[in-house]
Amino acid sequence: MQRTDMTETPLHASEFRRIMKVLFSRGVVVFGIVVILALFVTAIFAPWIAPYDPYKLDLNQTLVQPCKEHLLGTDALGRDTLSRIIFGTRTSLMVGVVAVCIAASVGMTMGLIAGYFGRWVHAIIMRFIDALMAFPVILLALVIAVLLGGGLRNVMIALGIGLLPAYARLMCGQVLSVKENDYFLAGRAMGAGNLRIMFRHVVPNCFPPLIVLITMMMGLTILAEAGLSFLGIGIEPPGAAWGAMVNDGYQYLLTHPILSFAPGFAIMLVVFSFNMVGDGLRDALDPRLRGVL
Amino acid sequence: MTTYIIRRVIQSMLVLVMVTMIVFLVMRLLPGDPIYMLITEDDLIQSSEEKIAALRHEFGLDKPIPVQYINWFSAAVCGDLGVSIIHRGKVAKEIIGRLPITLHIGLLAFIISIVVGIPLGVVSAVRRGRWLDTGVTLLANLGITIPVFWLGILMIYFFALYLGILPVQGYTSPFEDFWMSTRKIIMPVFCLSVFPIASAARQTRSSMLEIMRQDYIRTAWAKGLRERLIIVRHALKNALIPVVTLKGLMFRNIIGGSVLVETVFNIPGMGRLAVDGVISHDYAIVQGIVLLIATVVLVVNLVVDLSYGWLDPRIRYG
Repeated sequence: MQRTDMTETPLHASEFRRIMKVLFSRGVVVFGIVVILALFVTAIFAPWIAPYDPYKLDLNQTLVQPCKEHLLGTDALGRDTLSRIIFGTRTSLMVGVVAVCIAASVGMTMGLIAGYFGRWVHAIIMRFIDALMAFPVILLALVIAVLLGGGLRNVMIALGIGLLPAYARLMCGQVLSVKENDYFLAGRAMGAGNLRIMFRHVVPNCFPPLIVLITMMMGLTILAEAGLSFLGIGIEPPGAAWGAMVNDGYQYLLTHPILSFAPGFAIMLVVFSFNMVGDGLRDALDPRLRGVL
Repeated sequence: MTTYIIRRVIQSMLVLVMVTMIVFLVMRLLPGDPIYMLITEDDLIQSSEEKIAALRHEFGLDKPIPVQYINWFSAAVCGDLGVSIIHRGKVAKEIIGRLPITLHIGLLAFIISIVVGIPLGVVSAVRRGRWLDTGVTLLANLGITIPVFWLGILMIYFFALYLGILPVQGYTSPFEDFWMSTRKIIMPVFCLSVFPIASAARQTRSSMLEIMRQDYIRTAWAKGLRERLIIVRHALKNALIPVVTLKGLMFRNIIGGSVLVETVFNIPGMGRLAVDGVISHDYAIVQGIVLLIATVVLVVNLVVDLSYGWLDPRIRYG
């Protein structure tokens, strides 16, 4: 299958309009875009949006049921649940963005090198990737997090490593298919060096599927972070993370189910939005990827 | 076919060696001297430099890393995974006690995800655009989204606390009390299977839609074959390859999910053991579990790859 070379023909305005039209034609995708925008706004302006200080303990107001003052009630330490959910957006987004950046940059580089040089370089790198894929992401992240020590930074590194195989495999496959094209051979024949060919011809051709993969992986990463913080790994106690909030609320399930239900719903809403936008982007940018990604 | 099988088996073994290297290096090269994992805190206060050096020599930790790796690897192959600090016993014994519990729940979820997920995807593709398709697609999109631990808590609240028709948590062996065991694993198995069902349905649907457009499907319709025959024999068999690839990966996700599900439902399985090991810094246990899980996943992937040959004879000669 031939791909159009995007280095020679930049994205035209009409092409951009077509993509936007496909993207905005489905209700769920628009819904997802709105939620993601709202998420970023909430994360940036959290201190102004949150009705209370999410870290302030108020031992006179512990385990308050939802009411006018506290829309989602308060937890066992008297902290306002809604405010903590609002501040939790920061944790989720930060981990998601940083982990995906690590996974994408390292994974893409590995895939690029493997696909471009082929032969034994390909064999070694891809067997390593296969080995990495034998570990469940959450278990791998658990092990890495415990070895590096707790904390949000190490969770990001751990998830970055755990999620890198998808990028490496995608990039490697793309490079292999680009190598079949005539313009690649032409570049070679004109004496272009390895680096030049890789960055001028190979990388730009891999962008559409990578944008799709990055969006889809954001949801998965946020889900994995929530799982880790549910297990008590990641953010240190006073900080707010949705997974940890679900776990804290679990003890009061019988009397205060809202403490677990509300943050879990937030996780689901955000992950759903990223998945739907990812699906939408895939259909708009390159429908052939349906089923591959 | 034999060459293909042999090649795949050798390849898997290479990957397995790579896996053991990763596990070993991660455990050895990162901060934290393994000697402190072998002696207790009391010993540490009493022991002198020479004593630690002697211990180091006894456990072979003064040898170069490659030699250490070979020693550890040959012990691991014989089933010796070291001693657990917390459980005060052989790691291998501890893991083997827990493995059947995780496999009981995990394999059931895996089978259910195939039996339910693939037909849902087929029905959805065949009835494209109808209400059934819309419903299945929406459910599948929610299914790949919902946090498994949260779903577990929702189910506990609704079925166990509110309706009171299922036990809250725990695990009973099916050989002890089959009825109780089944009642206890309904919720964990359901939670674990939601994500794989949903992703299998999504994958089957999109790959069926792709296949249904092919010329040979039109030919089959033109020949006047029955719908059932066209869908099952002509379309589904060709649409299954990407689904099968996905199922291989899915097994890994189920095992990963069991870490969370076993925590929520308080099930004494391997996932729970791993989390406890991580929290109490019991490296030997964590190392053993990671190694075992990676091996199981690789074996499942090998079986999956070999089943390609049956689904698509072209691959045998590829």
